[in-house]
Amino acid sequence: MTVRTRIIPCLDVANGRVVKGVNFVDLVDAGDPVEQAQAYDAAGADELCFLDITASHEARDTIIDVVMRTAEVCFMPLTVGGGVRSADDARALLLAGADKVAVNSAAVSNPQVIADIAGRFGSQCIVGSIDARARADGSGWEIFTHGGRKPTGIDAMDHAETLVRNGAGELLVTSMDRDGTRIGYDLELIDAMVKNFDVPVIASGGVGNLDHLVEGAVKGGASAVLAASIFHFGEASIAQAHAALAAAGCAVRSPIQSRAA
Amino acid sequence: MGERIALIDYGAGNLRSVHNALRAVGAAPEVTADPKAVLAADRIVLPGVGAFAACYDGLAAIDGMIAALEQRVREDAVPFLGICVGMQLLADTGIEYGTHKGLGWIGGTVGAIAPSPDIKVPHMGWNDVQPVAEHPVLVSGEAYFLHGYHFAARDKSDVAAVTDHGGALTAAIARDNIIGVQFHPEKSQSYGLDLLSRFLEWNPT
Repeated sequence: MTVRTRIIPCLDVANGRVVKGVNFVDLVDAGDPVEQAQAYDAAGADELCFLDITASHEARDTIIDVVMRTAEVCFMPLTVGGGVRSADDARALLLAGADKVAVNSAAVSNPQVIADIAGRFGSQCIVGSIDARARADGSGWEIFTHGGRKPTGIDAMDHAETLVRNGAGELLVTSMDRDGTRIGYDLELIDAMVKNFDVPVIASGGVGNLDHLVEGAVKGGASAVLAASIFHFGEASIAQAHAALAAAGCAVRSPIQSRAA
Repeated sequence: MGERIALIDYGAGNLRSVHNALRAVGAAPEVTADPKAVLAADRIVLPGVGAFAACYDGLAAIDGMIAALEQRVREDAVPFLGICVGMQLLADTGIEYGTHKGLGWIGGTVGAIAPSPDIKVPHMGWNDVQPVAEHPVLVSGEAYFLHGYHFAARDKSDVAAVTDHGGALTAAIARDNIIGVQFHPEKSQSYGLDLLSRFLEWNPT
């Protein structure tokens, strides 16, 4: 077989606590990111993504502590994004136990930050995170910042090209038109990114059911499919998502076996 | 069991994750940047992520570290595990942002994986580990890979396992008391923890 299509649940974390997190299992502390990460580890998620949405800069260190505590008990790949502005920010997360860091707004104002991180730690650990909206006239997509509220005038394909040229080893592509709508990924956007670049693409924004995940991989061609609420709320399990992808002809991981004691 | 397990600290990004995983399988590794600790170790683990040259330079920057590794691994033949770039460093040369010298323990070159429309680079995600010969530490299974460069061994008999990403890529190299894996056992859930357990019990003769 070949490299497997990855299923990535994404947890939003603010001030070290999960916002709108898992409720598919009984948790002792529903806001604890570590406990939620363990639930996804046990469920066989292929990777986990923490998105730090902490507003104040002073509270940023809380995510480092979350990553450290998660990496002590979860032996699965971990991507961390949100507020990464420099190679030193990236270094702190990687040393804490993250495998990849995602950079979004900092790379819009200063793409060199991608090159700084890639040069020190390798392209494999740097994810270029792109928030885009379709232009009303159908002429492609535009980069937005501030959670999709602030237009930048930058073309999404041009920006992706800049990120990849600077050393981004993966693109996390979120349609801000679709985010939170549950009507499916912007497949045209995903497909355009996949066809134009050699690096893996993670499809993000808009998943409402398992068919949407399958579309992201099969029609969009994404290497990985990211979702939040359908997993957190127990509407679909990771195993069901793997099975749906497998039924559509995608290479996926074998069902997990619990480890012999 | 009283064995001294040295986990080499030379600034590699995945040091903590490897430490966590070794502890999870019952080991008490000594995280060390001290060549004297390496000379006294019964088992050695070299982690590593990042650019080849940056990692080699990090290792070389510790006075006496490379000499201690050469003595303990190549002369005294204690079991050695290299992970990701910690495995790639065993090659003669690495071609990543220029051509750089490696440790030269296992003949070969580390070079870029070539992308194609169906083959994305970096090679990122879960893929097969297919052993090509019997090895006490290696079994077939699925592990997490995260690399844009791969180890092309000069002597095929040094390749212990392969994976498929646009053709066969080296997933593990092995010779005598040395094993190196391209994938990340510390991030490969039960498959990876079991592999680390087998390494800890491995007694190459």
